Amino acid sequence: MQQFKHAGGGGLAGGGGLAGAIRSDRGGQVFLWVLLAVIIVVPVLNLLVPEGSALHMSSYTVTLLGKYITYAMLAMAVDLVWGYCGILSLGHGAFFALGGYAIGMYLMRQIGTRGVYGDPVLPDFMVFLNWKELPWFWHGFDSFPFAALIVFLAPGLLALVFGFLAFRSRVSGVYLSIITQALTYALMLAFFRNDMGFGGNNGFTDFKDLLGFSLQSPATRMVLFLCTALSLGGTYLLCRYIIASRAGRVIQAVRDAESRARFLGYRVESYKLWMFVLSALLAGLAGALYVPQIGIINPSEFSPANSIEIVIWVAIGGRGTLYGAVVGAFIVNYAKTYFTAALPSMWLYALGALFVLVTLFLPNGVVGLMAQRLRRTVPDTAPADATVVPK
Amino acid sequence: MIAVAMAPAARAADEPDAGAAAANPNPVTSPPAGLPALAASLPSASYAEKRVLIKKIAETHDPRVHALLAALLSGTLYARRGDGLLFIGAEAPDGLKLTDALTGTLAGTAQADDLAKIGVNNQLRKELRVALAQFDLASPDEAVRRTAVEEILRAVDPESIALLKARLPVEPSSAVKREIRAGLALADLDSDDAKVRLAAVNTLATSLNVDVYNRLSAMAAPPAEGEAGEADLGVRAAAKSALHAIDRQRGLYSIVQTGLYGLSQGSVLVLAAIGLAITFGVMGVINMAHGELMMLGAYTTYVVQLLMPQHIGASIVVAIPVAFLVSGLAGIAIERGIVRHLYGRPLETLLATFGLSLILQQAVRDIFSANNRPVETPQWLAGSLQINEVLSITYNRLYIIVFTFGVFLLLLTILKRTRLGLEVRAVAQNRAMAKAMGIRTEWVDAMTFGLGSGIAGIAGVALSQLTNVGPNLGQSYIVDSFMVVVFGGVGNVWGTEIGGNALGVVNKVLEPYAGAVLAKIFVLVFLILFIQRRPRGMFPQKGRAADG
Repeated sequence: MQQFKHAGGGGLAGGGGLAGAIRSDRGGQVFLWVLLAVIIVVPVLNLLVPEGSALHMSSYTVTLLGKYITYAMLAMAVDLVWGYCGILSLGHGAFFALGGYAIGMYLMRQIGTRGVYGDPVLPDFMVFLNWKELPWFWHGFDSFPFAALIVFLAPGLLALVFGFLAFRSRVSGVYLSIITQALTYALMLAFFRNDMGFGGNNGFTDFKDLLGFSLQSPATRMVLFLCTALSLGGTYLLCRYIIASRAGRVIQAVRDAESRARFLGYRVESYKLWMFVLSALLAGLAGALYVPQIGIINPSEFSPANSIEIVIWVAIGGRGTLYGAVVGAFIVNYAKTYFTAALPSMWLYALGALFVLVTLFLPNGVVGLMAQRLRRTVPDTAPADATVVPK
Repeated sequence: MIAVAMAPAARAADEPDAGAAAANPNPVTSPPAGLPALAASLPSASYAEKRVLIKKIAETHDPRVHALLAALLSGTLYARRGDGLLFIGAEAPDGLKLTDALTGTLAGTAQADDLAKIGVNNQLRKELRVALAQFDLASPDEAVRRTAVEEILRAVDPESIALLKARLPVEPSSAVKREIRAGLALADLDSDDAKVRLAAVNTLATSLNVDVYNRLSAMAAPPAEGEAGEADLGVRAAAKSALHAIDRQRGLYSIVQTGLYGLSQGSVLVLAAIGLAITFGVMGVINMAHGELMMLGAYTTYVVQLLMPQHIGASIVVAIPVAFLVSGLAGIAIERGIVRHLYGRPLETLLATFGLSLILQQAVRDIFSANNRPVETPQWLAGSLQINEVLSITYNRLYIIVFTFGVFLLLLTILKRTRLGLEVRAVAQNRAMAKAMGIRTEWVDAMTFGLGSGIAGIAGVALSQLTNVGPNLGQSYIVDSFMVVVFGGVGNVWGTEIGGNALGVVNKVLEPYAGAVLAKIFVLVFLILFIQRRPRGMFPQKGRAADG
């Protein structure tokens, strides 16, 4: 069961570096080409093709695609720790939401006097709660660079502290999953409180503009979409680079045989910790890109069920491949959009059945299934057999 | 026929009327002048005559006296113009709703013009109050006597003091006696004699009554400028020390109360987690649908109540085994259908069972609607046990503690004393060896999972009495119950029992300082940190089995 084989590692003996990592990674190449095509085609269809045309892509569709792409980034972040590191986090929604809240605070400050109560400093919900001044942790959020810093800092620090404590005491497997779930649950309860100063159960919404550009205008939305798509590409390259590096191979060794890696002299805890933090940073970035496009963030993003759903995107796509996570996120979320509009009561049945069937019959996900079909012609794209059995 | 026809005539002729005699199986021994005669002369009497009448009426000790005098006191006693019969009137939209003052039977409604109110003055009101209190003090029911004393204590005057003093030597109940003494002492606090006041303060040092507390704190403080306060320093010091004693006692009771509430909240946690202690703790299966198995139990209770609407009291008792069967069978189906294929892959099990929980939730939504279902609480679960003036606990809290402990003992017995329990433990320790010894491990797996799931169903019955029964019932408990199992130590039913209760108590202790939600957050954070310190919980399993 314990295999040291890993995805994309085949070409490394000769080349190394990012180029080598991509060259050996057929699935990744396909993914990057598709992404490039999306980046070119979507703006053309949305902005250049006239509205009446059958080929015109509405702003609604662009936003929907943008949402899927942020979800894909989030799924990739989860795949990085789950597929390559064996850490099943059931709390990644928390990092995503923290990134979203950070950018949401900036957007709230940008509303200024255009809010319902017209207060130049205080966001509406604070006026409503009869607060007289801005809480200390809201200072600085009128500056975009500061908010952008917090987008990374908040999830990163949380992951650092949490991961440091957890990995140092060798909490692993199921136990780790359970406490990550408790973490996001605790955060959800906290953010639901009005006294916390994050808008209680309504969260933040009604945003006006970002860096002076109106969020309603199609051009801003397109720029946001392109930033999101580019971030996904960048995230993929970064993750692929790390996985293909020496450190990446140690990480996979930790996943497959933690004790053995430790006995060989690797500091298992540090490798896990840095992967976990990196994954949290990526999740935070995804959240920060999600909120301006969707226009709302509220505490339900922290709910444990949400985080479990992210894991299922990865499982359905096929874990340990990175692009599989993207495929999974798109399949499930497209299905969700379709079902909740067409057959709302069927959605939970479909999602539940997906969970059950994929775990029972598709341990390597859709990507794994396709790779199996192609194996004879393209021998090197088999995803890692990420069997995670806690020792 | 004859009785009906005779009733008005009988009343007119001063006989105890048929209706009252029927309602009261032991008619009082008729005093020389009967109650009906006395009452009948009320409307036309002057205030001076009324005074005498009231006294005489009170002396009849007729059980009907209380309602009559209470109505007179509150100004709701009327005489009907025309026949002069007495009625107690209650405001209704279409006039006054009448109740016959002597028979207690309803007599329809009438307009205020047809009735003459029987007036009383302040002097009479005082007399009435005393008479009523006296009447209640002589009641054979201890609870009535107790409330009477409390009633008197609310407004102490010389008449009531005299009443209490007269009652004290003949009072059989020590609890009521204590109340009376406290009342008398409270009156003594106004005495001009410092010694009497001192004695009174010392008597009151054991009372938990709020009025007493307020009086004593007024006495303990030095009087403000221009106000009459306690002049005697000795009495003031005594009042202060009495307050301290009371505070200590109150503090003690509030600790007991917090402990009991914490235990009951912890018991809910234990109940939710104890099935998991079997499936997760002993078998190592992460069943995210555990909450939904509880939900099934709660809905089973609802269905059982629908089937036997006449016997709500018994329905809970019936629901327990039914819910055990329903959830247990569902659990066996889950084990055979899904979990069996995923042994050794705990994270996959987690995902598959989570998917199952979504399906179950939606199924319940489709079958029973998305709204909460009303589950009735039987009579014997309602109300609360009043232990003293500051300590009371509701029966459902009390029962949940007892019930949880019972379930726990049952489970422990099954695990330690039965053949199945022995096999379960053997398989948990070493599957291959157990199989080699001839244990049908597959069958044991299914039974164990069914047992854990059945317990979840029982927990659902209990939860149906405490929270809303809806499709989300299970989800709200799932994080908590996993934390309890991990906190207590996986594979350890004792750990779950102790861990759950400890968490409940900690939660309740924190609640007054932090509020319910923040207390819960603190507990979660504490648990996360605790697991870092001791990844195997409070009571880790020892030996080779623990390495798995």
